[in-house]
Amino acid sequence: MAEQTSNRLAIIALHGTMDLAYPPLILATAALALDMEAAIFFTFYGLEILKKGNADKLQVAPIANPAMPMPVPNIIGMLPGMTAMATGMMNGWMKKANVAKLSELLEMAVEGGVKLIACQMSMDVMGIKKEDLIDGIEVAGAASFLNFASQNAIALSF
Amino acid sequence: MSINPDQVLDCSGLACPMPILKTKKAVDSMALGQILKMIATDPGSTPDIEAWTQKTGHQLVETEQDGNKFIFYIKKTK
Repeated sequence: MAEQTSNRLAIIALHGTMDLAYPPLILATAALALDMEAAIFFTFYGLEILKKGNADKLQVAPIANPAMPMPVPNIIGMLPGMTAMATGMMNGWMKKANVAKLSELLEMAVEGGVKLIACQMSMDVMGIKKEDLIDGIEVAGAASFLNFASQNAIALSF
Repeated sequence: MSINPDQVLDCSGLACPMPILKTKKAVDSMALGQILKMIATDPGSTPDIEAWTQKTGHQLVETEQDGNKFIFYIKKTK
């Protein structure tokens, strides 16, 4: 008997920082390449990834992030401009390693048919309107995500 | 190497997940039985292309390494 396999990937994207925006988009686009279906549920700060023109503007947080390649003491990370500086450094490293931009991955996800769900409740809480978000997404709630995920999906949260 | 590829895809310099995304696109555009030669410089592409062929069912006919280049010959099987 064949091993049981899953051909669905269901991801929750909760954060709006650059480093945490990458895994959902990389995994979802890679899933397409593996002939799998994928959905990403963007909730709370994760909605920042879907805001028009915003994907490449996401920042990394130097505060409480001792794993940064050049760790910044929290007291320094609090200073004005440190988030922008840490983001600039990270962007430089990403570019050097020729990693695709978040906007490019997002575009491939839309084109490839990844189900991108913006959480209605979070949008209401944070005052985000559908027209603030990129085209090719749907606005829905937990049931829509769970309906997709319940059909034998691998489920991950970032 | 005597394999004669039907199409060549150069993914040199690209990082994960681009090599497999481009490989998938290229293989989709080819005819059954044709062979794609894919060149990558990302060392992670070796396990990833193996995993990709295992999951999609396409056949990894041959791999070779030329300096920092990893070369894959992939046969479209479905």
